[in-house]
Amino acid sequence: MKPSRFTYHAPTDLDEVLDLLAKYGDEAKVLAGGQSLIPMLNFRLLAPAHLIDINRVSELRNYLLDDSGLNVGALVRHRELETSPEVELAYPILHEGLTNIAHVQIRNRGTVCGSLAHADSAAELPSIMVALDASMNVRSQSSQRSVRAEEFFRFHLTSDLDSSELLVSVDIPALGTGTVGVFDEITRRKGDFALVGAAVLGTWDSGGKIQDCRIVCSGVAPTPLRLREAEQFVSGTDLSDDVLVGVQQLVMESLEPTEDIHTSAEYRKKVTGVIVRRGLARLTDQRRAIHV
Amino acid sequence: MTRTSDIGVMDKTRNIGIAMTRREDERLLTGGGRFLDDLPFGDFYEAAILRSNYPHARILAVNTDAAKRLNGVIAVFTANELGPILKDLPPKVVHPKLNYQVRLAIAKEYVRYIGEPIAVVVAENRYIAEDALELIEVDYEPLGSVGSTAEALKVGAPLVHVGSETNVAVHIIQQAGDPEAALKTAPHVLSETFEVTRGGGHSIEGRAVAARFDEVTRQLIVWDNTQAPHYVRQMLATIYEVGEDEIRLIAPADIGGGFGPKAQFYGEEVLIPWIAMEIKHAVKWIEDRWENFVSATMERSQTHRVEVGFDEDGHLLVLKDVFEHDQGAYCVGLQVPTITMSTLPGPYVIPNIHSELIACYTNIVPTSSLRGAGRPQAVVAMERMMDRIAEHLGIEASEVRRRNLIQPDQFPYAVGLTFRDGSPLTYDSGNYPELLDGVLSRIDLKAFRGEQAAARKTGKFLGLGLAMFVEGTGIGPYEGARVRLTNRGRVLVSLAASPQGQGYETVYAQVAADALGCDIGLVEVRHGDTSFIPYGQGTFASRITATVGPAVWEASGELRADIISVAASLLKTDVGGLDLRGDAVEVVGDPEKRVTLADIASIANVGRHGMSVPRDLPVAIERTSYFKPTQAVYSSGISAVIVSVDVETGKIEIIRSILGHDCGNVLNPLLVEGQILGGHAHGIGNAIYEEAKYSRDGQPQAVSYLDYALPTAMEVPTPELFHVISPSPLNPLGVKGSGEGGTIPLPASVANAVEDALRPFGARICELPLTPQRVLAAVYGLPKLES
Amino acid sequence: MSETIDIDPIESKLWITLTINGSKGSYFVEQRLTLADFLRKEVGLVGTHLGCEHGSCGACTIIMDDKAVRSCLLLAVQADGASIETVEGLARDGALTPLQEAFRAHHALQCGYCTSGFLLSLVARLREGPIETEAEARESLSGNICRCTGYTGMVSALLSLSNSNGEDGEKP
Ligand SMILES: Cc1cc2nc3c(=O)[nH]c(=O)nc-3n(C[C@H](O)[C@H](O)[C@H](O)COP(=O)(O)OP(=O)(O)OC[C@H]3O[C@@H](n4cnc5c(N)ncnc54)[C@H](O)[C@@H]3O)c2cc1C
Ligand code: FES
Ligand code: FES
Repeated sequence: MKPSRFTYHAPTDLDEVLDLLAKYGDEAKVLAGGQSLIPMLNFRLLAPAHLIDINRVSELRNYLLDDSGLNVGALVRHRELETSPEVELAYPILHEGLTNIAHVQIRNRGTVCGSLAHADSAAELPSIMVALDASMNVRSQSSQRSVRAEEFFRFHLTSDLDSSELLVSVDIPALGTGTVGVFDEITRRKGDFALVGAAVLGTWDSGGKIQDCRIVCSGVAPTPLRLREAEQFVSGTDLSDDVLVGVQQLVMESLEPTEDIHTSAEYRKKVTGVIVRRGLARLTDQRRAIHV
Repeated sequence: MTRTSDIGVMDKTRNIGIAMTRREDERLLTGGGRFLDDLPFGDFYEAAILRSNYPHARILAVNTDAAKRLNGVIAVFTANELGPILKDLPPKVVHPKLNYQVRLAIAKEYVRYIGEPIAVVVAENRYIAEDALELIEVDYEPLGSVGSTAEALKVGAPLVHVGSETNVAVHIIQQAGDPEAALKTAPHVLSETFEVTRGGGHSIEGRAVAARFDEVTRQLIVWDNTQAPHYVRQMLATIYEVGEDEIRLIAPADIGGGFGPKAQFYGEEVLIPWIAMEIKHAVKWIEDRWENFVSATMERSQTHRVEVGFDEDGHLLVLKDVFEHDQGAYCVGLQVPTITMSTLPGPYVIPNIHSELIACYTNIVPTSSLRGAGRPQAVVAMERMMDRIAEHLGIEASEVRRRNLIQPDQFPYAVGLTFRDGSPLTYDSGNYPELLDGVLSRIDLKAFRGEQAAARKTGKFLGLGLAMFVEGTGIGPYEGARVRLTNRGRVLVSLAASPQGQGYETVYAQVAADALGCDIGLVEVRHGDTSFIPYGQGTFASRITATVGPAVWEASGELRADIISVAASLLKTDVGGLDLRGDAVEVVGDPEKRVTLADIASIANVGRHGMSVPRDLPVAIERTSYFKPTQAVYSSGISAVIVSVDVETGKIEIIRSILGHDCGNVLNPLLVEGQILGGHAHGIGNAIYEEAKYSRDGQPQAVSYLDYALPTAMEVPTPELFHVISPSPLNPLGVKGSGEGGTIPLPASVANAVEDALRPFGARICELPLTPQRVLAAVYGLPKLES
Repeated sequence: MSETIDIDPIESKLWITLTINGSKGSYFVEQRLTLADFLRKEVGLVGTHLGCEHGSCGACTIIMDDKAVRSCLLLAVQADGASIETVEGLARDGALTPLQEAFRAHHALQCGYCTSGFLLSLVARLREGPIETEAEARESLSGNICRCTGYTGMVSALLSLSNSNGEDGEKP
């Protein structure tokens, strides 16, 4: 389990990264935290001719939290964001998702953007980003674009990035008053990828109804899966027990999840309904906490 | 926890029974361990192995030209270049009826599992060696294959061994009493089918072999992190057709876990030393994790069809178990399924027994012993049925067990079957009711049932599960120890068997010091080198305490007698008045009259050139003892677990785990408990997490730790341990083995607990491990889910 | 035999300078060499072990720039300029640290192959604050796998460290 030969590049500024990507394209891989890429190199599942290590590009190292939202640069590690009290306060759902990723030693290296670029369908962050309606800031030598999270994830391990592009940062809009969200998942062991996971987000209005609910699942489809029917079913309600039972039923009946070595489609079908219900129930607890 | 006062072996005991911390620890805690790949080998080349991509195929051609041309590659070998060593690697345990199929070190015409070696690359380093593997072209003709015993036994199934008539490796029946008649007349009969899946050993250090032919001494030196150095040397001597002394086999001082797979004999162990001789340069091969997944032996996959007959009171009348055992592509040994056969009856009086084994070849890496070795499966079959009997009769499962236990006054107890060591299955000692009582005194059953009922009302599902077992340990043929007085006046104990974390350097110093009656600081223990002691068998089957222990004890006792008699002769007194004090022998009551051990060594061992010594003076103070058990000694134990099951997600939480264990006298409670605790974690892995999945045609599906879940500190609770001590009458220390007892009952007790928790759903738990998916399927009563 | 397939070994090497257990050094390393292999083979610090080479087992855990990381998932060239701590740097002047002592006293190791990874994970964790409860102890152990001990000894070892009376943290 030793990697194949490659040429290692350690650019120190963004333009240099983009030039290298333009030059080597398909032959190259971006190395961020390396927590997904290096295992694949060690198993020789991948053998890129060029490795472009972005870890020395200081302009990618920061995150910025302000009134408009949170911008997370390509080199911000899971652990860094997870341990930021401001981020936890502003986006409890993101904090919760981060703490569910692997273990501290992995989170010390793994990056938020790397997880998004990697686009593992059972990962936590992609679903959370769809729920938060985040946008991906993507650049190449010749272009710059912003892609909404919902359009970014194409398939299991495939994002919208082409081989010359870098995910420079992700923008997460600020949450309005009354907006609450949780992330819940079922894993074999603590720290594992999700058998099923759900990011659930909504906004309590002054009348005690939940609005604009977003329910996005990990692990059940090749990409984060928005359960639009379920979202409609619960939006505008008070999330009473009847609504919760109803939405669970709806999910259990309508979902057609994938099956893989980790678990069966049948399991995912049944349990997704359960965690969606449980997630929504926690939104009610959070409402109490924020006194809406 | 342990009552130290109860475990004394002799009056003078000073070290045995004490929870001494380990001598090994300091080096291991500071990065000074001596694991094979940590040894300063210098310029050894490194090998990598090309392994089959197909579960079954004919090899039409292997082209290694490009690989050989790669810069940094020294040599590439396939079966074509290895003719002289293409000899059978014989199974460890055989049976006259075995449908015997040859296993070679490297595939010649056929590959029969993914992972089977096809070529060996030797290069300057492992990176280059792996580059070269990618340049080797193999032309395969894929053949039909089977990935389970169920597939293997289907009519018209592809044959694992082309030309053989069947995939059945062996079909054996053992009986006691008249089981068929008893089944016909039993007032109640219940039956069920249980499946246990494959799991691996997963020592964190993989296998490793290094070898160098020493031109100076004309000896082949092999470093191998095996559990059984002498066994490997013997196999190599046979295959290479050389004398046993032409090979020195060294198991490094530190081995990163064993658990059974490292006690087997593999092709790589034949290939690497041979190649080192061929290329006249030292070579090492370090197994990586992927290789470990596909080429180290595994265990556990069995399917049991059990029937039990019993009376109104739950007394067992008859047990019938017919089980399929997955042997893998070759028979590495029949020890596992034969152990299963004889472990079935456990601690119970069962007048009629039918135990039937159908071992099958499959297109998967071979199976062999792995911590528990066939016992966890047998315990699943037996103990799950004990719970079913209780459910059927509406009585507590503990009560059904109590009514059937062999009583303390029934030992030695002849079960009526034969154990894997060839001796009649006769339990030497035990106290099974005390084990059960030990659990019942820790769990208030009545209170628990109340709590369980109350919890159910709130949607919380609690369950209690028990499992008991009897485990044959300390098997033959023998194990040895050599004890020597060195020129520095110290005692050196040399063992044949190599440890993998069991603390031999500590515990056998305890035994030797007590037998010698000397300060433990004078005793040093080393192990695992065929040059230390000529013969040995190895560390497996929880046999060392009960074989090496007595050997060290005997040899050290004899050494003491020699030392005292030299001293008596030198001090001109008789032996009766002498004792060992510090580093000398003294006349009791007259400490001025003394002779140091160094002086004794100097006179009796070093000697004076050409000079005669008195007739009664022992010389060459060195004693070797091989302890030869007459039969296995039987440890026993009980596991009780309380679980909470989330019936919506299938997740299991272990709330309490209690383990009662009886391995006779305890030499070092710290180490024995360590063995049990480690085994317990392994058992929880087998019960809930670990599953080596294969497709129907034998493709491994879980070859990384993202897909194969080993339990972490979050998944393994701290169990409450208690000991029952029934010394074995069959060895001078009264000891029995403890290496596997923690593992054996857990799959059964957890499954019993989950079924108990899910009783309101009438859920049936018949497959292990208990993944969330299986638990949920049981809750919903879904048919078996295929993955 | 026809021509050899050649890959220029010099071309594929780079100079790195880093601090390991307090001493600074420069090395000329293969670009693809993992940090773990570099420490083991080039520096000779073999106390860092490899158990899976895919980030899961934790045997290779070291501290790099104050953070516990997997050395099997880093390249040596990435450590240029970094400060690295390995198990060999823990016990200064031959005296075991309290954590190492606690591991010994509580039989927190058997084969010892996983031990250095656990120690380094825990050293990093303990720098963030004491481990006071069993839950915290288990969480801080959860990124590493031990096949021998069942973790019980490690949990007791950790709890004994935070127990100011110097009690052993014995189970009842
Ligand atoms: C044992 C273990 C357990 C894990 N468990 C989890 C888990 O439970 N949940 C989870 O979500 N993850 C888990 N991970 C993965 C971890 O979170 C990774 O860190 C993450 O998936 C990838 O981030 P990275 O920064 O390490 O990316 P890298 O490994 O460096 O890269 C991953 C891929 O993304 C590309 N890439 C990275 N950054 C960019 C960028 N800015 N622009 C374009 N392409 C880019 C790379 O080229 C590569 O193809 C686990 C990893 C390990 C080793
Ligand atoms: S070897 Fe690095 S985590 Fe296992
Ligand atoms: S002590 Fe052996 S793996 Fe942990």
